[in-house]
Amino acid sequence: MTTHDDPHPTRRLILQGAATVALVGLGNLPFAPARAAANDKYPEEAFKLKNEADALKALYGRTAEPSDKIKLDAPEIAENGGVVPMSVTTTLDKVTSISFFVAENPNALAASYKFPEGTIPAVANRLKMAKTSNVTAIVEADGKLYSATKEVKVTVGGCGG
Amino acid sequence: MAIRRREFLKSSAIAAASLALPRLARGAEAASIYDIERFGNARILHTTDTHAQLNPVYFREPSVNIGIGEMAGRPPHLVGHAFLERFGIRPDSADAYAFTSVEFEKSAGRFGKLGGFAHLKTLIDRLRSDVGDRHAMLVDGGDLWQGTGLANIMQGRDMVEAANLLGIEAMTGHWEFTYGEQALRDNLEHFKGEFLAQNVFLTEEAAFNDAAAFDKATGRVFKPSVIKELGGYRVAIVGQAFPYVPIAHPKRFTPDWTFGIREEELRKHVDALRARDKVDAVILLSHNGMDVDLKLASRVSGIDVVLGGHTHDAVPQPIAVKNPNGTTLVTNAGSNGKFLAVLDLALDKGKVSDIRYHLLPVYSELLKPDLAMAELIGKLRAPHAIDWLEKIATPDRLLYRRDNFAGPVDELICAALRTELDAEIALSPGFRWGTTSLPGQPMTMEDVLAETAITYPETYVQEMTGAEIKDVLEDVCDNLFNADPYYQQGGDMVRAGGLSYTCSPTNAIGSRVSELKLANGKALDASSRYKVAGWASVNGQQGAPVWDVVGKYLRSGRMFQERLGSGVTLKGVDDNPGIAG
Repeated sequence: MTTHDDPHPTRRLILQGAATVALVGLGNLPFAPARAAANDKYPEEAFKLKNEADALKALYGRTAEPSDKIKLDAPEIAENGGVVPMSVTTTLDKVTSISFFVAENPNALAASYKFPEGTIPAVANRLKMAKTSNVTAIVEADGKLYSATKEVKVTVGGCGG
Repeated sequence: MAIRRREFLKSSAIAAASLALPRLARGAEAASIYDIERFGNARILHTTDTHAQLNPVYFREPSVNIGIGEMAGRPPHLVGHAFLERFGIRPDSADAYAFTSVEFEKSAGRFGKLGGFAHLKTLIDRLRSDVGDRHAMLVDGGDLWQGTGLANIMQGRDMVEAANLLGIEAMTGHWEFTYGEQALRDNLEHFKGEFLAQNVFLTEEAAFNDAAAFDKATGRVFKPSVIKELGGYRVAIVGQAFPYVPIAHPKRFTPDWTFGIREEELRKHVDALRARDKVDAVILLSHNGMDVDLKLASRVSGIDVVLGGHTHDAVPQPIAVKNPNGTTLVTNAGSNGKFLAVLDLALDKGKVSDIRYHLLPVYSELLKPDLAMAELIGKLRAPHAIDWLEKIATPDRLLYRRDNFAGPVDELICAALRTELDAEIALSPGFRWGTTSLPGQPMTMEDVLAETAITYPETYVQEMTGAEIKDVLEDVCDNLFNADPYYQQGGDMVRAGGLSYTCSPTNAIGSRVSELKLANGKALDASSRYKVAGWASVNGQQGAPVWDVVGKYLRSGRMFQERLGSGVTLKGVDDNPGIAG
């Protein structure tokens, strides 16, 4: 009947992960000259923004269209809101980045991964969720943005039949 | 008994509908409602959610079981006369008594108790031998090991012995997990059947630490399915455990395991059973709950029949659900040993060509108890029976639990918590198990345990703000009334004592619960703090077990001095057939 204790914050770890991936992207720059240099910087502003639409705009500068070629795997109800496993795979071609947004988190952008050319576009991570929220995966492919959204419930638990 | 038998024959809708007159005239000797016409070449018998009720029970079905969105007005969200009309059952019949709450008290006197494992055993043996053992199997959908004081003390071992004698060949689980991994595995060592769960996996950490699993490659903790040869055909039984065990119960019982509906894994497994194992039929033995099963059946192809449980819905006929590659039949077989489902299959190479389904009420008075099972039950209960048989109170009214928002059993528990723990507000979980007591029927400690026996019974008293209390109500309400069944956990609304409110089930989370008032009529203030008592917390608690608190209250003779009544006013569901008129 009472709420779960807050587990240790993991968002910082996720951010570090994202930064590392971004650096790998930078390292590959000579092999992917077509990508704008501005896009490969650590997206500090986007991670700081509260609102999902603002963060999406700061990160990509445009909006995404829903796609059934993205498979966002996340639980319907989280077993632990502190570490919610989520993964994305996609059959879209020429994927250059995959990002996760948790609309109801204090800062909506949770993680952003860059994909050097020739990389299988699949990513699995665990996100901290403040409360029940839509989770959106954004896939950047061939210069366009696509999205898949799923609601993940974070509940106080108990009271099952 | 002769008079009783006549009551059954006169009033049983099944008898009237399906049997010819000569058989009726043969009369009381054969309990003819259990004569099922031979059909097909394989028979699967299904019990579910017996909640360890070894002896026959009274159990009143709900008069409030509201369906929202697509579930509105369709089974299982029909109660009372709407239910009787939908399934063509006469209001004064034995079946009306078994399947609904219509005239429950009156009918309880006429038709007596239902269920009991010795009675079930007699019926199961008979239905097996009717078709021959090579054509029959018995499966159980879980919540077999929990629900009584005996099962609690024995950590479900009593039920493993009863299940072995009953001949259960495959089962899945829910409350079974609340005894923890070690007790579960110890019990399964002794269980002669298979424990199946396609949707329980090792957590990544547990897999990394090389924890025990049925299949290390996939991380599946248990065997996902079993193939049984029936009448020369291969029938696959796939197990689907309750998907939300670590959320509905303390995570400490299952720290290494992760659950979920696992639609994708199920789809792959079913496809493999068909393509690789060349089975002729696929049956899902599910503890999802009926609404979840109905949605699942619309999205996963290749399952012939879902034998469902968890939500305790006694649904007399299967519901046909279309999916991308065909149709799946979804059933739910009630609770507390009241019903035995009989699924007769006409199997062909690679397919089920036709089925017959019967959900038989187990009328204890029509069935001679099996001697070996009666003896086992006696032996298992003997060490505790004397302690529990003392009469501690005699309620002057019907005590039941099953309704969406409230029931007298939980009003009693809330009154006990508030009085004994000196709290303004009490919260009690909306469990769907727990038996019914008739007015004037003495209550014993065994009866109290049948409403409370869980592995985390500790009570608590804590301060909560009005806003926090409302959040808890909203959260649980969404588990019940989310328009998408995959976001429901089953169970009923948390019961509130000393607190009344208005509920609008059709609204969204956060705006269903309003007009919260304390027992003194004052509005609940969002920022004020209140003393709240409760039990069954998913966090560790230190208070006395709830059964002791309730036992003490009952012994004090103060039962029901407080105002009763649900305290919940419903809004926006006036014509919903999930509310008995």
